[in-house]
Amino acid sequence: MNQTLLSLRGISKHYGGRAVLKALDLDILDGEFLTLLGPSGCGKTTLLRLLAGFERPDSGTLTLSGQDITSIPPERRPLNTVFQQYALFPHLTVAGNVAYGLRMEKRPEAEIAQRVTEALAMVQLAELAERKPHQLSGGQQQRVAIARAVIKRPKLLLLDEPLSALDYKLRRQMQIELKRLQRELGITFVFVTHDQEEALSMSDRVVVLRDGEVQQLGTPREVYERPTNLFTARFVGETNLFPATVKAINGDRIALDVRGLSRDLRKPTFQVSVGEQVNVLLRPEDIRVLAADADYGFAGTVIERNYKGSTLDSLIRLEDGNEVLASEFFDEDDPAFDYSLGEQVRVSWVDGWEWMLPVANGDAAGALDG
Amino acid sequence: MSRWLPRIYLMLVYALLYVPILVLIIYSFNDSRTGYRWGGWSLRWYQALFDNHAMVQAMWNSLWLALAAATVSTVIGGLTALALHRYQFRGKQALRGMLFVVMMSPEIVLAISLLAMFLVVGLQLGFVSLLLAHVTFCLPFVVITVMARLSGLDERLLEAARDLGAGEFTTVRTILVPVMMPALLAGWLLAFTLSLDDVVVSTFVSGPSYEILPLRIYSMVRVGLKPEVNALGSLLLVFSLAMLVLSQFILMRNKR
Repeated sequence: MNQTLLSLRGISKHYGGRAVLKALDLDILDGEFLTLLGPSGCGKTTLLRLLAGFERPDSGTLTLSGQDITSIPPERRPLNTVFQQYALFPHLTVAGNVAYGLRMEKRPEAEIAQRVTEALAMVQLAELAERKPHQLSGGQQQRVAIARAVIKRPKLLLLDEPLSALDYKLRRQMQIELKRLQRELGITFVFVTHDQEEALSMSDRVVVLRDGEVQQLGTPREVYERPTNLFTARFVGETNLFPATVKAINGDRIALDVRGLSRDLRKPTFQVSVGEQVNVLLRPEDIRVLAADADYGFAGTVIERNYKGSTLDSLIRLEDGNEVLASEFFDEDDPAFDYSLGEQVRVSWVDGWEWMLPVANGDAAGALDG
Repeated sequence: MSRWLPRIYLMLVYALLYVPILVLIIYSFNDSRTGYRWGGWSLRWYQALFDNHAMVQAMWNSLWLALAAATVSTVIGGLTALALHRYQFRGKQALRGMLFVVMMSPEIVLAISLLAMFLVVGLQLGFVSLLLAHVTFCLPFVVITVMARLSGLDERLLEAARDLGAGEFTTVRTILVPVMMPALLAGWLLAFTLSLDDVVVSTFVSGPSYEILPLRIYSMVRVGLKPEVNALGSLLLVFSLAMLVLSQFILMRNKR
């Protein structure tokens, strides 16, 4: 599992003078489910196309199991792709589509027939083998595309936003199925998505990309709970940002002035000095909403409440005009739990649930929205 | 009244389109010698038509020519469309524009220039000159038909084929050509029809060694309308309809 399968070194790519990938380094481990996550235009699809061989990097090398594959064309790379809109061959049947890769290898027909049957059984489409792609539903086309891509038993499967065309329920189902397939086949998956929820729930590791640069590489938990910068923090989930000033440092604790309130918190991993600005980050589920007569927390007013089924999401405007999003689970002991708009509350969090980031040059408020 | 007006108008339009054809078919079965009087049903003009060896020969000549012209222009046109769609090269826009020039320019201009060229290079007027001329005016239609299909083609299909191990040529053979097939057939049929009923260009570039049907009919009509022409017209109509049905059938079956 922990052996490097594919390594990228100094990969850069320009389109018409614009840098899409900037000297990117990445190691893809054998057998892992790696997700490339980022907003559109971050270079994730270009990166995938470079891996597949449809694009050549301007500089840098791709090494697959010790072999330099930088200039090897796609048809001779031992990896396969599941395309965004599936790209099924319209003139071939389902079985014909799935068999295509093996036909290119000039395998004997008996072997092809057997492996096609197996592949279709694996994606539960055995009875649709003779259909044409346009006679299938979106989810079925998706399965054909997967069967077609895995039949050659590639070392690496590249998936370019494969679930983006499916509706929510089918997408959830395919997410589970893809995970199952990945476990059963033991193939390394490189999965491209702009959907952070999908990335977090499916991946072993997530690569957060922005403007052709890796922002963070880590497990879903690391990326969500310990983001290395504001961009990652905001991209992988809702974030409440509290600007704060360091008042004092006492061993492994620091005293902070957070919007006029003093808090004594664990010292962050980065260097801080007294008088310096830091950002305190809190996920909505880490926010605690208290009654207005509580003796601590930031006073504010509920300006919006959204019933989400399992949680109640509320937006609270603090006295200084900033807004805080809180997401609270329903309490079985208090079925009537709810807020009314305009209700006065106080907002706080449990010590230790916060995450601190240094205030970097590019982190001006608002500049990183989206 | 207001309900009937549009219907009557529509009927008039269709009558204008179809009555002449109907008259032609009915009179092809007319027993009378003069074209204007009805003399009862008969197949004598069909008989006369097939007894007319020059006419039958002209018909075969036309069919062969149309077959050859359609096939040659489909091969050249298909490859041209592919080149224009797939590759970037200098003068691509000019090349595309020039196709439209050929299509839009008056036929008579094309005819004269072709004739002039054949005379300059000293080509004997006959089958070859006709074929070259017909391929010339059919080509743009084929290219445009095929390009329309290619422009709707998902590029990812070709990438998927390469991803699965197909080289450039194999991709063209196993994916591109099958996907293009309906357009190639449609282009072929279009070229075939265009070639079959061309008069203007053919008048200029044909020679005595190879007489084709439209010119034969044209010369027959000049000396007076023979009822045989009605019979011939009816046969051509049935043939064209059959081709139309065939092409629609192929397109329907290959839909998507």
